[in-house]
Amino acid sequence: MLDPAVTTLLSVDNVTKVFTTGSGESRKPVLENVSMSLKTGEIVALLGRSGCGKSTLLRVIAGLATATEGKVTIAGHPVDGPAEDVAMVFQSFALFPWLNVLDNVEIGPRANGVPLEETRQRALKAIDTIGLDGFESAYPKELSGGMRQRVGFARALVMQPKILLMDEPFSALDVLTAETLRTDLLDLWQEGRIPTKSILMVTHNIEEAVLMSDRILVLSSNPGRIAFEIPVTIPHPRDRLDPEFRALVDHIYALMTQRADTTRPAAREAAAAGLSLSLPLVSTNALAGMLEEIAAPPYDGKADLPHLADSLGYEIDDLFPLGEMLQLLKLAEFEEADIKLTPLGRRFVDMDVDQRKKVFGEQALANIPLASHIKRVLDERPSHRAPAVRFREELEDYMSEDYADRTLRAIINLGRYGELFAYDENAQTFSYENPE
Amino acid sequence: MLTNIASVGRRVLPNQWDLIAFATIMAVLTAIGQSYHGVSAPLPAPNQPVISLDYANLPYYALRTALRMFAALFFSLVFTFTYATLAAKSRRWEMVLIPVLDILQSVPILGFLSFTVTFFLGLFPGNTLGAELAAIFAIFTSQAWNMAFAFYQSLRTVPRDLDEVARGLRLTGWQKFWQLAAPFAMPALIWNTMMSMSGGWFFVVASEAITVGDTTITLPGVGSYIAKANDEGDWSAIGAAILTMGIVILLYDQLLFRPIVAWADKFRVELSAGQEVSTSWVLNLLLRTYWLRSGFAPVLAGLRSISLLPIRVPRLFAAKDAANRKPSRLLDAIWILLILAVAVWAAWLTFRYIAMEVGWDEVAHVFVLTIYTLIRVIVLMALATVFWVPISVWIGLRPRWAETIQPIAQFLAAFPVNLLFGATVSLILAYNLNPNIWLSFLIIFGTQWYIVFNTIGGAAAFPNDLEEAAKNFHIKGWRWWIQVIIPGIAPYYLTGALTASGGSWNASIVAEYVKWKDHSVVAQGVGSYIAEATEKGDFPKIVLGVAMMSLFVTLFNRLFWRQLYAYAERRLRL
Repeated sequence: MLDPAVTTLLSVDNVTKVFTTGSGESRKPVLENVSMSLKTGEIVALLGRSGCGKSTLLRVIAGLATATEGKVTIAGHPVDGPAEDVAMVFQSFALFPWLNVLDNVEIGPRANGVPLEETRQRALKAIDTIGLDGFESAYPKELSGGMRQRVGFARALVMQPKILLMDEPFSALDVLTAETLRTDLLDLWQEGRIPTKSILMVTHNIEEAVLMSDRILVLSSNPGRIAFEIPVTIPHPRDRLDPEFRALVDHIYALMTQRADTTRPAAREAAAAGLSLSLPLVSTNALAGMLEEIAAPPYDGKADLPHLADSLGYEIDDLFPLGEMLQLLKLAEFEEADIKLTPLGRRFVDMDVDQRKKVFGEQALANIPLASHIKRVLDERPSHRAPAVRFREELEDYMSEDYADRTLRAIINLGRYGELFAYDENAQTFSYENPE
Repeated sequence: MLTNIASVGRRVLPNQWDLIAFATIMAVLTAIGQSYHGVSAPLPAPNQPVISLDYANLPYYALRTALRMFAALFFSLVFTFTYATLAAKSRRWEMVLIPVLDILQSVPILGFLSFTVTFFLGLFPGNTLGAELAAIFAIFTSQAWNMAFAFYQSLRTVPRDLDEVARGLRLTGWQKFWQLAAPFAMPALIWNTMMSMSGGWFFVVASEAITVGDTTITLPGVGSYIAKANDEGDWSAIGAAILTMGIVILLYDQLLFRPIVAWADKFRVELSAGQEVSTSWVLNLLLRTYWLRSGFAPVLAGLRSISLLPIRVPRLFAAKDAANRKPSRLLDAIWILLILAVAVWAAWLTFRYIAMEVGWDEVAHVFVLTIYTLIRVIVLMALATVFWVPISVWIGLRPRWAETIQPIAQFLAAFPVNLLFGATVSLILAYNLNPNIWLSFLIIFGTQWYIVFNTIGGAAAFPNDLEEAAKNFHIKGWRWWIQVIIPGIAPYYLTGALTASGGSWNASIVAEYVKWKDHSVVAQGVGSYIAEATEKGDFPKIVLGVAMMSLFVTLFNRLFWRQLYAYAERRLRL
């Protein structure tokens, strides 16, 4: 296989994606200068947190979204509109509820002009391969999540795509079902019973990426870039408890938290007002709960992140925002793949509610520029009131609309809990007034 | 004038698009009116079938009435599929089509019966087909806007993942429409069709027997039958007609809509099977009949093949695929200028027509009359609310009562109460009552039921735990009404009230001017103004009356109902 066109199935060259508003106004890019490739016979995982643009990248590759800049080539053909050689499996299954299993699987070939008999033959084969025999006449409503996703796989495989794209295919399933589907898929892949030449999967689950893929691409957020590329050489079947497996998982955790650690303060100092800092939206109860969990045995103030995630049943999208907020408030800090309480964090655990609220308020004011900014504006104004839209617009200079909205809601939440300021949802105004 | 609730959430205050749409619609109506100006000369008399009050004729008349409804339904569907699809797929058309639809919902089209009758009679001189089409058109106008809105709304909310599947599988426009858009919109469309249909009975009855100037149209049907019965003051014939109408509506519901609603359940996207399931004995019967199913199987397979034909729809419809492409500012500007030009011209046309034909004194007069009708609508809505809401809440909180009473209220809402107007008026004559007060009640006669069944629905859906919490904390009396149940049912009540208010405006055209034997009883208002102008064939006055009423209805809806509804949606939705 010396011909590069054959070995390199997919190449993505410097893709940038900017969403535009209805009036044609440009926003912050979601993806920036992303390049990657996919070779015959490999499974590649795109790993990243929610909102990092990994799903957008998958859609650009599938031809469902167009890149603002850069190009995508599949098997030597540039992608322009929905690509022919790919098929996608969706997180939400995306089955047509009004079609039964067989019709759902057959719709692709039939719509693309495959003769009726051949369609039926291919559909039955795909249904058989994926383990859906006997469910042909069932409607999606009647099926469990796992069975629904199997239909999703059958529908994709019946198209005989060169590349199978998977958008977090297991994340809507419960833990046991997800594991069964993963191993079934891996078995089929290794036995060569799937007609696809390679698989590209998007995930936010670190262990899933290590379990299934030959290569992991870690995406950073806001804007999305490929931050790291990690080859996975552990032979199949992989064992989650294998030290090599654990070490790699720890390594990836460390990479992802370290990034969060270094980029944020740097960016904060760069911007004059420090408003470029986007805040995760987390509940104050969850923050307190997390501190208590880390302080208690077996962790005693320092917890291994994969272990903590596992014991809490958290994904990284649940765990990282909490950790980041704690780090921001200087109550805990990341250290490699661990999270460690600061002295203040340790004291916090023993405080009563009023003291806790006070600590949150003080720490937010000292460490989150947006909090001090809002307070300053309220102080300066004679009315001590300020509309939310004012801060929203300032934030949107630095981040996309979604991030700005989330940041604003996060600061409202913190401000209310820490009793820094009040917020009136109806009037969309910040003030010091609380109902008497 | 059944306002689609989906349209309510959109925008609250009228904007420039609404003004443009309003001007355009009025100009079109003016143009029709102008071209028939002076057509008060006898039209070529169609072969008028004579209505006989013999009971034996009633089944035949009922059949004719029902067939008219069918024909209108067919045209409404065709309109819905084309108009709504165009609006949903093309951004530029959307700018025009949706405000137009929104205003059309508020036009009391009953007032324009005279134009449409003259127009269709002109198309087919000496033939009853013209009159038939006019009646069908009247029903069409009572259904189409609402259905088109529902369909448009569904098309805009097709789940993103399903849309991506369809695109990823490279379905053509035709395939995507039948595989994704149409099935997805099906439940909303069917529900709205059913609701519109109940408004339609009112129109079919009103449009079967109508007098425009010197021309009297009588189509064989229940509506004409009752008109004749009213002329002769024949009580038993009126009773027979009411009974017939009730049976027809019941059959329509049981044989057509219940099975379709039950069948459409399979198009619901919420995959969790928690939703209440509709059942229909007719559908069950059909599904369990082996020979019927096997007979239909090839037909269904054929239809499926047709829906999967790789037909490519012209670029116009596929334009939404290019959502990521930047819209051309220049083309937009030209398009908007073009629309503006048409609107300005349309506004000028209307203005000149009114100035030339009726004069501004008349405009002021009609304005005052419309205020009278407005007061009637407000007072009666308030009365109906005060009377029915407590009763409906009481019923709604008792599931067993609600189960039986809600369908009855729904049936009463569908029943064309204009059948009863003549008979009611005989009472006013007998007791020599003031028509300005007592005729008012007629405008809420048919529409109050919308308030009743929506409020019952709301109270029935009120969460049990909140009800228990209220009891547990001893929240009683006024406090209970104001802080517990009224916020809880508000979105539902407003849905019903909005529909009832729109329907009441329309009903005023037939309710403020009623005939019984050779008496006519008149209440001062824009409704009677339009009705009298229609009888005289005075087109300029009809245009003026309808335009004024449309203006009031639009503003009333936007400034009052939608504000309330938006508030309820935002703050009170449980």
